[in-house]
Amino acid sequence: MQPLSFILTHAWLIPAIPLLSFLLVGLVLRPVSERLAGAVATLAVATSAGLSWLLAWDFLHLVPHGQPLPSLVPWSAMWLHFQDGFGIAIGTLLDPISVMLLVVVTTVSTLVHLYSTGYMHGEPGYARYFAFLNLFTFSMLGLVLAPNLVQMYVCWELVGASSFFLIGFYFEKPSAVSASKKAFIVTRFADLGFFLGILVLGFYASQIFAALPAVSVAGQQPLDFAFLTRPDVLAQLSGLNVHFLGVGVLTLAAVLIYTGGAGKSAMFPLHIWLPDAMEGPTPVSALIHAATMVVAGVYLVARCFPIFATSGEALTVVMCIGAFTSLFAAVIGCTQDDIKRVLAFSTLSQLGYMMFALGVASFAHPLGYSAAMFHLFTHAFFKALLFLGAGSVIHAVHSNDIWHMGGLRKHMPVTHALFLIATLAIAGIYPLAGFFSKDEILAAALHSGHTVVFGVGLLVAGMTAFYMFRIYFVTFWGDARSEHAHHAHESPWIMLGPMAFLGVLSIGAGFIPIPEWVQLPGSPAEHEGIDLAVAIPSTVLALAGIGLAWLLYGGAPDRANALVAKLGRIYTTIKAKFYFDELYLYVTHSLIFRFVAAPIAWFDRHIVDGAVNLSGWFTRTAGLLLGKLQTGQVQTYGSWLVSGAIAAVVVLWGVLKSGGN
Amino acid sequence: MGDFLANHAPTLTHWLVLTSALFSIGIYGMLTRRNAVGVLMSLELCLNAAAVNFVLFNRYLAPTNLGGAERLDGAVMTIFVIAVAAAEVVVGMAIFVAMYAERRTVDVTRLDALKD
Repeated sequence: MQPLSFILTHAWLIPAIPLLSFLLVGLVLRPVSERLAGAVATLAVATSAGLSWLLAWDFLHLVPHGQPLPSLVPWSAMWLHFQDGFGIAIGTLLDPISVMLLVVVTTVSTLVHLYSTGYMHGEPGYARYFAFLNLFTFSMLGLVLAPNLVQMYVCWELVGASSFFLIGFYFEKPSAVSASKKAFIVTRFADLGFFLGILVLGFYASQIFAALPAVSVAGQQPLDFAFLTRPDVLAQLSGLNVHFLGVGVLTLAAVLIYTGGAGKSAMFPLHIWLPDAMEGPTPVSALIHAATMVVAGVYLVARCFPIFATSGEALTVVMCIGAFTSLFAAVIGCTQDDIKRVLAFSTLSQLGYMMFALGVASFAHPLGYSAAMFHLFTHAFFKALLFLGAGSVIHAVHSNDIWHMGGLRKHMPVTHALFLIATLAIAGIYPLAGFFSKDEILAAALHSGHTVVFGVGLLVAGMTAFYMFRIYFVTFWGDARSEHAHHAHESPWIMLGPMAFLGVLSIGAGFIPIPEWVQLPGSPAEHEGIDLAVAIPSTVLALAGIGLAWLLYGGAPDRANALVAKLGRIYTTIKAKFYFDELYLYVTHSLIFRFVAAPIAWFDRHIVDGAVNLSGWFTRTAGLLLGKLQTGQVQTYGSWLVSGAIAAVVVLWGVLKSGGN
Repeated sequence: MGDFLANHAPTLTHWLVLTSALFSIGIYGMLTRRNAVGVLMSLELCLNAAAVNFVLFNRYLAPTNLGGAERLDGAVMTIFVIAVAAAEVVVGMAIFVAMYAERRTVDVTRLDALKD
């Protein structure tokens, strides 16, 4: 291996620059100049992006071509040292997936920053918006580079907090406030599982750590990924004869950690926050709901993949939930009218895709691991482009409802072309990016023997093509259905430029050999190229989906309306997202609030507060009564003195007498 | 009469009953007299009871030292008590005069500035 270059040893610069910029913009520049704040924030993230590209280049050239890429921690510092053999460091972990995600996050973030300077132009809170975008980028980069579970958890929560600020950016709108609260509470609730997982894993890992000879654990800490994913440690962990609810330690820890990942990646049944999170500004959705925050869960599972793979059962959980979410979200996506909500459900569906790709992977069939990361990579670009395209349309039409749009391909030709590219990419049409990664995932499912999951994947691929082309046709074809749509104007170049860049990536990202670079350590993947047995049915299904969308929504939606009328209740149920929000509301309000929270609140108000108030009342009353003794009459005081003296004598007498006997 | 006294010579206990009574009367007067001068006079009774006690204990419990010479420690203390009492009366009366000039009264039940 070659010596490390400057940027490899100083990878901490990449998250540090947006953090500094956040402080500078948020504390100093915000009251001074809005324009300057936006420019500084964008420049900072762009610098990080440049450094990331440089780092990726150096990283790829560390080893000769054809050899597996290394995993290294070039910089780390002890942060919390509890005792010898248990400490927590902060540092930078560089391996294929972290470097890939660094590039994705900084690139998409830079483009979103650029786009936002146009999209958010003239909005109140412009500088605040950029400060939070920077904070978010920093948190995400810290998460990506984390070499141990604790740093990851800290950044994980920072991501949650900064997404809360961004989703609730329009805080004067009650719906935005409740959406941001919902996102925060749901993900926070899931993070509790993550935290418990860290505790379980840390408890047993530190015991194993202490038992190992010092030489074999030199430079490692119990919660480091490098330690936790060692085969000998995993073998010991899975061999532990400790069970909780009939589940072994390793499986329990993996499932708990997955809970956290499922919350951030909005896996069923924790998916409810993502559609509502569309209340934030559209570029925010492009950043955090396409390329970064929501893939953190996938990244977490990939990062801990050896733990899941050793447990086996945990991986089955990941696979089942992933496959179900991808189908479930695709079904709902077919019925929504809000363009951003359709994209949100499509994100859910694609995240489910990545999750089940990880779920079908194993040490014997590691292709799913590479495929999931590949899909994460390509999805980030075309989904960000879809969101930015939707933002451009919304900017022009002033509405999220696709039925207020129509005919926009004449008014907004550039947006139309780019949106079409992204739609084709997500539909999985050759040679766009989505085709390659989707093909890999389906091949991984088929070749690892998970036929049912493969079937679900194929079906979802067809449905994805259908619902994406549904919104495409309704938005860009037909006649304009509102005043605004009639007079829609193309967005300014500051918005179209980043979109064009993403368009290029959406076309070309599939040719970047991510699966060759990203491989499960120790299990080289049998990379097969395009498998026609998978590619042909998935392309046919995608084309069928597009055809169906054209048939139903290509012209006036008469046929679609007739079909909707025919489906009746089924359609309304799906459109209401299977009433999951209502179910949650029922469970939280009618059950938890009424039967748990209300009695506890009563207890708090009457018993706990009552005890406190009683002691206060007692002191007050005693004080008032004792205060009456102060009469100002010297002779009264004298009486007390004499009585006290007499009492003292009597007592003393009694004591002396009894002591004498 | 002389015989009676010779046969019934007062013991220390008799004298102590007398001084206790004197002291108690003094306390009672101090706590009940409304006139400040009366309070001061009652206080004198208490002091005198204590002074008599000094003499008594000297006379009955330690009349001589080890060499057989007469001891006067209690009597000396009594002189001190009388001196202190005299000084105290002077100060007390001066205060009462000043108080009368200020408030036109020396009724202690009406002097309740300590309450505030």
